[in-house]
Amino acid sequence: MADYETHRHDVLVIGAGGAGLRAAIEASASGVSVGLVCKSLLGKAHTVMAEGGIAAALANVDDRDDWRVHFADTMRGGQYVNNWRMAELHAKEAPARVRELEAWGAVFDRTPDGRILQRNFGGHRYPRLAHVGDRTGLEMIRTLQDRGVHQGIDVHMECTVTRLLVDDGRVVGAFGFDRPRGRFKVFEARAVVLATGGIGRAYKITSNSWEYTGDGHALAYAAGADLMDMEFVQFHPTGMIWPPSVQGILVTESVRGEGGILTNKDGRRFMFADIPEAYKGQTADNEEEGWRYTQGDKAARRPPELLTRDHVSRCIVREIKEGRGSPHGGVYLDISWIKKRLPNAEEHIKRKLPSMYHQFKQLADIDITREPMEVGPTTHYVMGGVRVDAETQMSTVPGLFAAGECAAGINGANRLGGNSLSDLLVFGRRAGEHAARFARESGPGRIDPARLDAAAQHAVEPFARRDGHADGPYRVQHDLQEMMQDLVGIVRNEGEMRQALEGLQGLWERSRRVPVDGNREYNPGWHTALDLPNLLTASEAVTRSALERKESRGAHFREDFPDKDPASAKFNVVVRRGADGAMRVERVPIPEMPPELRQVIEEMK
Amino acid sequence: MATTATFRIRRGDAQGGRFVDYTTEVAEGMVVLDAVHRIQAEKAPDLAVRWNCKAGKCGSCSAEVNGLPKLMCMSRLSDLPLDKPVVLEPMKAFPLVKDLVTDVSWNFAVKKAIKPFKPRPPDAPDGTWRMAQSDVDRVQEFRKCIECFLCQDVCHVLRDHRLYDGFIGPRFLVHVAALEMHPLDVEDRLPALRDAHGIGYCNITKCCTKVCPEGITITDNAIIPLKERVVDRFYDPVRKLFRMIGAG
Repeated sequence: MADYETHRHDVLVIGAGGAGLRAAIEASASGVSVGLVCKSLLGKAHTVMAEGGIAAALANVDDRDDWRVHFADTMRGGQYVNNWRMAELHAKEAPARVRELEAWGAVFDRTPDGRILQRNFGGHRYPRLAHVGDRTGLEMIRTLQDRGVHQGIDVHMECTVTRLLVDDGRVVGAFGFDRPRGRFKVFEARAVVLATGGIGRAYKITSNSWEYTGDGHALAYAAGADLMDMEFVQFHPTGMIWPPSVQGILVTESVRGEGGILTNKDGRRFMFADIPEAYKGQTADNEEEGWRYTQGDKAARRPPELLTRDHVSRCIVREIKEGRGSPHGGVYLDISWIKKRLPNAEEHIKRKLPSMYHQFKQLADIDITREPMEVGPTTHYVMGGVRVDAETQMSTVPGLFAAGECAAGINGANRLGGNSLSDLLVFGRRAGEHAARFARESGPGRIDPARLDAAAQHAVEPFARRDGHADGPYRVQHDLQEMMQDLVGIVRNEGEMRQALEGLQGLWERSRRVPVDGNREYNPGWHTALDLPNLLTASEAVTRSALERKESRGAHFREDFPDKDPASAKFNVVVRRGADGAMRVERVPIPEMPPELRQVIEEMK
Repeated sequence: MATTATFRIRRGDAQGGRFVDYTTEVAEGMVVLDAVHRIQAEKAPDLAVRWNCKAGKCGSCSAEVNGLPKLMCMSRLSDLPLDKPVVLEPMKAFPLVKDLVTDVSWNFAVKKAIKPFKPRPPDAPDGTWRMAQSDVDRVQEFRKCIECFLCQDVCHVLRDHRLYDGFIGPRFLVHVAALEMHPLDVEDRLPALRDAHGIGYCNITKCCTKVCPEGITITDNAIIPLKERVVDRFYDPVRKLFRMIGAG
């Protein structure tokens, strides 16, 4: 056996965004030793991009809010296939998690009486998002990062994990390499928490950076864990579309929360034309009322721009498809119009949406205080992920936990804006707590040296490929992104998805042949080659799950089954690795909701 | 407007390296990072570069573009003269890893040595605090920092004089300012500022402020007020007198 640099931790956390950091802090606070691994530098994970805020029923702005309303909103947004227990825990625990951040130094925007200010967001009945302008994610990740490093967590930055180590059905560590030097690292751990985020790089138009290649999904899947709800991929309605180099970059929902409107090329506010039945009662039916809502009038109902993301995305796609789009193939998002209503509109916009102002000014030469933005849907978030226990966040494999975007359950068929940051905090903390407990109660695992050698071999194998005609890693990744965008995107059907499955097969084969130039030192070509199998696993899980759900629900829209099917509300789609290595798909019944939660939903209708 | 441009990129590691010219197609709206990605995909798959958000929010893609410290994701090609090669180099104040990537781990070690946030007891029985927006505005400016370390890169105390052991650099003076001016914080960092953090080394040339992609007024709003606090505490003659007679 080769000699590997070995690190021993009670709990190993993979991923250092909000969920990973919060898990690491919790585990470390309970007295166990914690290692935290991340592919980038600390503090650069996608949490930093979250703009809008953290959803928590603090009731600082509207005292009618409480956990029951938040729970009902989350379930309605997720079209009732959420794990209701997770939705309940999330709604109940989020306020304490936000206050805790303040105690750790986060500086939220304030109400006039000095408390944490909350803003409106899509699908939330009351102003609920604790925020800092439009850079809430930065505030959150910096607060957690600073807290974490002072608590004695060992951070392994710029380190890729390629395998989970399994001993007798239990996860006992991980194998990987440091990216700057390419040296192998073995992590021995009594429990492992996955907090690797999403799979957005499987699509061409995405708000996600290079990191989001479904690593946690693929690692868990390879270790035998179940993945659930993978058909539900959220396309955020408002990404930048022009110039081409910025395509996909997120335009925060707070623009609409602050009064921004969506219009088509004829200047028409098209969202009023299509308000789903479930939201009719709580949505304004005229512009005047919608405006009053955004300005804090408690008697007003919210404007249709603040309907759920799945719905708004589809309405935008319809406008574009029917020829009412903007010149670059999007629609208009306009916040500048509020100058008709507010005396100090320009200053107000710059104060409330500083990074949006900055982003458009610098990247697109657009002054959002004066002119509308051009926007279109962008792949943003995957609701599906590792199937976990609601209380502990443990996967179906002992010793393996998951939290945040890479875990499934809380969001069901569609995530509400703002529920991600709160999810990271609530379930990051739970994962950390229970992983630490599991570590304390378990002995050390046995790591098979032959497995380490095999993992090392596997990682460097791309350097040995000598097929002069094979495409490079970037080409294969690009082709996968185009295919998933075209065939398993916002609007899906059986034929195209079958075609995608065939395409995936070809891409799998090509991925095994991609050659890699250079050496192991900071080599993005090599890294991209190693990412490909993860992206392909995630893409296959999305496609197979989407074929299995023969209805339209939340983010999953099928033109061959355009309606919701009540029978399909009773199961989640699960995939796992079969004994022969092929992907198995299964429908798993959703447990009966307890009467008291059912009653909450009834009351909030 | 399909046209081409040449990028002169510093390739190599700490052992040595050279500039390599890459000519690639450029289109409307492209930023420097887009060109680097295109070169990576077409000509140099092992070209090392850090990046994440591509929107000026994460502070990963710091480099020197035609000699100026910048985020590559926010550097529009239309703002650069493309009739001659665009020169891309790694930050100079940190050890080179490879190509455009430097070892910035010193920064993370520095932060660990700064005393963390310590709040006063909560204001309300439910464990929460009250703060006015006007009181948090000031620290919110400092908390905008995306830790791109461009200010560290350009600071001559670090870049030229290499005083890494005695000076924490503008980024962390901003961090200390955010803590010291946090309405809830009760920790005392002034002795450390004077000694271990080496605030005296800063002679307010304001280079850091000029390169900050977040527009933080580093020198005027963070460093100078901290210097004043240090001076008030340790060098004010009246206070000194009071201290001498045991009344201060």
